[in-house]
Amino acid sequence: MSARIEYLKKEIRVVLDGEIDHHSASLIRISVDDAIIHKRPQTLILDFSKVSFMDSSGIGLVMGRYKLMRSVGGRIRVDNLSPAAYKVMKLAGLERLGELRLRATEQQSIQNAT
Amino acid sequence: MKTVNEMKLSFESKSINEGFSRVAVASFAATLDPTLEELNDIKTAVSEAVTNAIVHGYREKMGKIYITASITDKNTIRIKIRDNGVGIEDIEQARQPLFTTLGGERAGLGFAVMESFTDKVRVRSALGRGTTVTLEKRINGKGT
Repeated sequence: MSARIEYLKKEIRVVLDGEIDHHSASLIRISVDDAIIHKRPQTLILDFSKVSFMDSSGIGLVMGRYKLMRSVGGRIRVDNLSPAAYKVMKLAGLERLGELRLRATEQQSIQNAT
Repeated sequence: MKTVNEMKLSFESKSINEGFSRVAVASFAATLDPTLEELNDIKTAVSEAVTNAIVHGYREKMGKIYITASITDKNTIRIKIRDNGVGIEDIEQARQPLFTTLGGERAGLGFAVMESFTDKVRVRSALGRGTTVTLEKRINGKGT
């Protein structure tokens, strides 16, 4: 798992790459929080286009970042979710906390799921 | 239900093994010709059970986690995940969504995910002796 952080005008986009579980989530949390605290963006975008697997640790990752973004007066958006990751996030009711967007094409999600 | 195939796995309760163990079980399940979604459901449920064993069962200690996966003649996979950790005091409470004994970023949804991604979740636990979680899932597969 790796995270590439892009700084836009009023946004931070974090492109997550790999598998999100309890082991890997703890590795990316620190660098993302660091970026939020220093830049105080209006929107944090978590980009899941390169995430090939996610268990409930991904819920904790999004909820934790949601709380931090709220404390700096910003909001959160989750982009390019695979249908599988979307299913896990819906289970936790995360669509009530921020915007959840599915991947544009099913083709892409199939490639990423394998 | 008759068992037609079985595999066993044992490994140390290191978080780095979460990835390998769910992939190993999914590879075994692949003999049932599951859909990608079914495979992912298995991976996710196993990941939750193994993570529970690591972070709750053994906590800071190191121990062994044992997985037995069996395929039955009814196209069902049964996966037992066992640890010899601290055990669960109140199983009913532990299975409640959002309940967690750990703070931080554990969402408390491990059992909720296991329940929604498999057909049956059974938990047996004895304080000081360990916990066994049994997951069952019918694989309808890609066949017509």
